[in-house]
Amino acid sequence: MGPARQAAMLSKKEKELIADIWESLTPVAEDIGADALLRMFASYPGTKTYFSHLDISPRSAHLLSHGKKIVLAIAEGAQDIGQLTVTLAPLQTLHAYQLRIDPTNFKLFSHCMLVALACHMGEDFTPVAHAAMDKYLSAFAAVLSEKYR
Amino acid sequence: MVEWTECERATIKDIFAKLDYDSVGPAALSRCLVVYPWTQRYFSKFGNLYNAAAIMGNPNVAKHGKIILHDLERGVKNMDNLKETYADLSVLHSEKLHVDPDNFKLISDCLTIVVAAQMGKTFTGEVQAALQKFLAVVVSSLGRQYH
Repeated sequence: MGPARQAAMLSKKEKELIADIWESLTPVAEDIGADALLRMFASYPGTKTYFSHLDISPRSAHLLSHGKKIVLAIAEGAQDIGQLTVTLAPLQTLHAYQLRIDPTNFKLFSHCMLVALACHMGEDFTPVAHAAMDKYLSAFAAVLSEKYR
Repeated sequence: MVEWTECERATIKDIFAKLDYDSVGPAALSRCLVVYPWTQRYFSKFGNLYNAAAIMGNPNVAKHGKIILHDLERGVKNMDNLKETYADLSVLHSEKLHVDPDNFKLISDCLTIVVAAQMGKTFTGEVQAALQKFLAVVVSSLGRQYH
């Protein structure tokens, strides 16, 4: 299923919910991003292989800046989910031709992002929000890997 | 044989000691039915699963959620023997209930999220890794007797 179809699977309400959540998280982008990354490194040590050139110890400058970058990209995409393919075009090229991160890792990161959101939002991370967020992150990952082959 | 560090054992026991089984079980199962609606196929006899509110208020879902959590507790008490501990349940899920074992991972992810939401900041990356390792072995044990 193409990524545009995946994005279309989100209802209007879900898109609004997702946009709201990510807007509220923009001020703490580096904390959420770094948290998700650290969780991924702890649970899935193979993911660290993509970061051998960086210092990914907790609260390191690299980790915070990288976490912030990722969250801001996700937040930007959330403001207009219908346009994901356009918004993510430069990142698609980056991931396909330069970073070449195996796309299985996107699932692992998405899961850790959901956990980070649960820790941060507690009860507010309702099942409905969780479902919408899972769908959005799947669509995001699918668009990101669109140029791989 | 799964190797557990002392730290992992302590972490798992600590997590489960602090959980309110009667709220976490229902929360995890109902979340699974909402986030992964296709899992509802196994619960057609449970009554109204029409929308998130119905699922979260459904007494049959709640009851079953509690059973699941209490069964997980058996695993916590038998961490060195998980394959044997869950052999009978594995046969049940395969032969009688006909549950696709891929579903076990879905509910295990939902349980992780529920525990995370409850524990907040104390659910660190290391705690998450230990819980996920435990749940992965349980999931694997539950799928073991399928043939």
